[in-house]
Amino acid sequence: MSYVPHTREEVKEMLKAIGVSSIEDLFADISEDLRAKSFSLPEGKSEFEVKEHLERLSQKNNSFLISFLGAGFYDHYIPAVVDALVSRSEFYTAYTPYQAECSQGILQTIYEYQTAICALTDMDVANASLYDGGTALFEALMMAFRITGRNKVIIDGGLNPLYQKMLFTYTANLPLEIIKLPPQVGQVERETLYQHLDEKTVAVVLQNPNFFGTIDDYTDIVEQAHSVGALVIVSVYPIALGLIKTPGEMGVDIVTGEGQSLGLPLSFGGPYLGFLACKKQFVRKMPGRVVGATVDKEGKRGFVLTLQTREQHIRRQKATSNICTNAALCALRALIFLSVLGKTGFIELAKLNYDKSEFAKTVLKKIPGVEVLNTPTFNEFTVRISEDANEVVRKMLTKRFVPGLPLGKFFKDMNNYLLITVTEKRKKEEILRFAEALNDAINL
Amino acid sequence: MDIPEGLLYTKEHEWIKIEGDTGTIGITDYAQSALGDVTFVELPQMGDELKQFEPFASVESVKAVSDIYAPMSGKVIKLNEQLSTSPELLNQSPYEEGWLVVIEISDEKEKENLMSAAEYKQYLEGLSA
Amino acid sequence: MQLIFEKSVEGKRGIKIPRSDVPEAGEIPKGYQRVKAPSLPEVSELDVVRHFTRLSRLNFSIDANFYPLGSCTMKYNPKFTEQIAGLSGFSGLHPFLPFLSEDLVQGALEVIYETERLLGEITGMDAFTLEPLAGAHGELTGLLLITAFHKYHGQPKRYVIVPDSSHGTNPASAAICGYEVIIIPSDKDGCMDFKKYKERLNDEVAAVMLTCPNTLGLFNPHIKEIADLAHKAGALMYYDGANLNAIMGKIRPGDVGFDVVHLNLHKTFATPHGGGGPGAGPVGVKKELASFLPVPRVIKKDEKFVLEENLPHSIGSIAPFYGNFGVILKAYAYILLLGKSGLISVSEHAVLNANYIRARLKDYYHLPYDRICMHECVFSAVKQAKNGVHAIDIAKYLIDMGFHPPTMYFPTIVKEALMIEPTETESKQTLDQFIEAMIEIARLAEENPQMIKDAPTTTPVKRLDEVKAARNPDLRWKGE
Repeated sequence: MSYVPHTREEVKEMLKAIGVSSIEDLFADISEDLRAKSFSLPEGKSEFEVKEHLERLSQKNNSFLISFLGAGFYDHYIPAVVDALVSRSEFYTAYTPYQAECSQGILQTIYEYQTAICALTDMDVANASLYDGGTALFEALMMAFRITGRNKVIIDGGLNPLYQKMLFTYTANLPLEIIKLPPQVGQVERETLYQHLDEKTVAVVLQNPNFFGTIDDYTDIVEQAHSVGALVIVSVYPIALGLIKTPGEMGVDIVTGEGQSLGLPLSFGGPYLGFLACKKQFVRKMPGRVVGATVDKEGKRGFVLTLQTREQHIRRQKATSNICTNAALCALRALIFLSVLGKTGFIELAKLNYDKSEFAKTVLKKIPGVEVLNTPTFNEFTVRISEDANEVVRKMLTKRFVPGLPLGKFFKDMNNYLLITVTEKRKKEEILRFAEALNDAINL
Repeated sequence: MDIPEGLLYTKEHEWIKIEGDTGTIGITDYAQSALGDVTFVELPQMGDELKQFEPFASVESVKAVSDIYAPMSGKVIKLNEQLSTSPELLNQSPYEEGWLVVIEISDEKEKENLMSAAEYKQYLEGLSA
Repeated sequence: MQLIFEKSVEGKRGIKIPRSDVPEAGEIPKGYQRVKAPSLPEVSELDVVRHFTRLSRLNFSIDANFYPLGSCTMKYNPKFTEQIAGLSGFSGLHPFLPFLSEDLVQGALEVIYETERLLGEITGMDAFTLEPLAGAHGELTGLLLITAFHKYHGQPKRYVIVPDSSHGTNPASAAICGYEVIIIPSDKDGCMDFKKYKERLNDEVAAVMLTCPNTLGLFNPHIKEIADLAHKAGALMYYDGANLNAIMGKIRPGDVGFDVVHLNLHKTFATPHGGGGPGAGPVGVKKELASFLPVPRVIKKDEKFVLEENLPHSIGSIAPFYGNFGVILKAYAYILLLGKSGLISVSEHAVLNANYIRARLKDYYHLPYDRICMHECVFSAVKQAKNGVHAIDIAKYLIDMGFHPPTMYFPTIVKEALMIEPTETESKQTLDQFIEAMIEIARLAEENPQMIKDAPTTTPVKRLDEVKAARNPDLRWKGE
């Protein structure tokens, strides 16, 4: 089985037209010493068998848990229309829309997606998508590096530790000095940050809400950074933007984020959606594809990939990024999600997350041995417990609860901390049972 | 192909018009026609020091980017700001409204490395042959 | 067509948000609130369905059109793999779960572990990481590994060699990794000029990046010598796997001297391109480089799959988790379905189809490198250009005839290039129809060139003003 449709007769005719006598003749250039030394793969199976095998594997995963786990990747409800519409193979079996006239569908969706991202973030322009929130942040950093020509970067300790690790990996060979502020559950310690901020600073990299769930207003940091010519990059959680102050309102220069929460399944880590938006004046330094509106020769509106001279296929080693394939279909998911929620629904969804999380806080606060850290949050918050968090997790899992992320995995001295997320999917009754189970796990 | 007298030319199709110790720099008619519709011009900063035959600006069309090389060395003292909103001036008027920068010439002797209009014309004929 | 934003009517609602079962919490503290509501569309669910269904119909796609886009391997994307990726036991899996307990995700970890092993056998590499999220991301990962390798051996290097026919991502990835790029021209056979390569190779070269077969669809018979010389100079060999579809079971990069390879699962392994992504770009290495691979690694310990986080030489993390798992699943299912002979058959027929097109069109179009090709062939429209019909015009006329055009103007070393990659899943009937269309265009280019230059006429829009788009970028809707 290989989805090759030819009959034996057709193969013969084709070989004849080529002027060779066998398929093997077509590989004559490959001398014996270059041939594959081994190719010991299993023989093919039927569709039915493969599906059965994978269904079996999927059942080896435990997906029947009541989850309070988030930490940058969230379990939100995905409306049925999202799956139904992205499953249209006119979308998913198309390539990057190089040929505009026969790709108006995907091009228009990208233009609409760019518009939606600008609306969420209050920024001027957005690109057509990047791989994920972490790579988007790296791209933003490279962009700031090119804009400022400087070499010192300040990273807040409240940035997702996975993204911190990615940034360190990517910049290991570049002439960049990275200053990492200590992690802190609460808002950014301004004093410490300003000590490092100077005329050599490329950018300050922040997250809102930060990894521990705390929300902040960075307007003052933006002003300070701009006063020394540095840029501010903020990674955001898009659902939170239904309620919290936007990066645009704060004057942020480049905004990135993980778009998974906008209608993408968690899917064990990908595919996800990196978004990037910035101020108008930086548009020609932006990485990745961008779609623009224009007119055809009869004056009718249409859409094209534009500003392509920034990209690798034209500028090669001088390109603004090496990215080619991005996350177009994921961007389409986000656009459909945002469209079907709409202006009012999106804010209501955010409010529901906030309300549930605040409710969970009030319930958990009553448990002896649980301290809910007192910072403003959206749908995620940090608690200190009187026991080792790993131990609590182990006990809770036996009761089918995923109680959040034990922060000791990433931060020294935080073995007693849990990061708890409450999305709209958690019912009141689940939150109450969760609190009960947590009480048992700690106090029994 | 328009090749005005009185300007000096490079093999990379730039021109310079020398007036006293300053020089106005642009790209030739041949260059603009080869580039096609110019969509964006990236100019140096005021005060930048250009070095003869080294790139100092770039010109973009829809699917190409070309470096522009300095005909002579010198400090940038004037930029054609109009190009940021009207890059098409490079196509419409490469020798007049489409100029790029004015420099303060640092070494007048460098002009010996450039071609006159007649020489440039001959050079172009050689290219197409 | 109107934008979804233009269809917005104040007060309209799409999906209903559940009523809250908890007390209202009051507002977000002052100073942290959003001031102005985001201007998202206000439309009904049916508005949304109709909007996107209609948009989908303005697109060419593999499922509706022959799509011979060179270098992109637009083969049929099997439907059952979509179902597999959608199984709730996979799609609902939170990536942090194994940080709590690996017991919760044994099935998913097994998929990763097994896919790595299968890709290793297909390419002849000793270890794989599935973390890279696309081909170019794989290149960057590969170069980071190569850099780590040289640094570990106390010999940091400065240059990366690429041929002039390479994909643009190769030099771009090298530059992002901090390297200077040395470009080697192609020789008269369309391969990297061996003599010039020897001249430019030196002990400061970190890697030689090659696509094999190259972007002209040609196999370089000197591949082993190139690799031997590179190794002698202390450089590593990087294999750009964009064109693996040509050689499965015939050659393995690992056997002919490549040290690092990336694959594009969205090309060779039939996962859909999604209108530009998501893809996946796994990277394989020889054992000398295995200790540098990004973490976490999935390993098998006492019959259980676990994550290994602490590898002292690892470059770190290049993706948040384990790669584009949803894409990996589809590729894994595809490999299991095809198996050994299926994969060999893929490459044999991909090459057969490309050569069939080459043979049948070479009397009509200039073929700059007239030899047996691999999975794609590159023509030049120079003959037609004499009558004013350029590669782009041919492309647009093909659209009117219902075919997605080939890749145009790439590789850049061929004037008026038309790069055709039919893939193995296309029938002889489809190929014949395409060939007839191309012959018809060649005839029209002689007799009625204007007809071609007016194309396309059957599409929702005519040729678009790309100059206007680039001069005054309009990148989002700003309201009336």
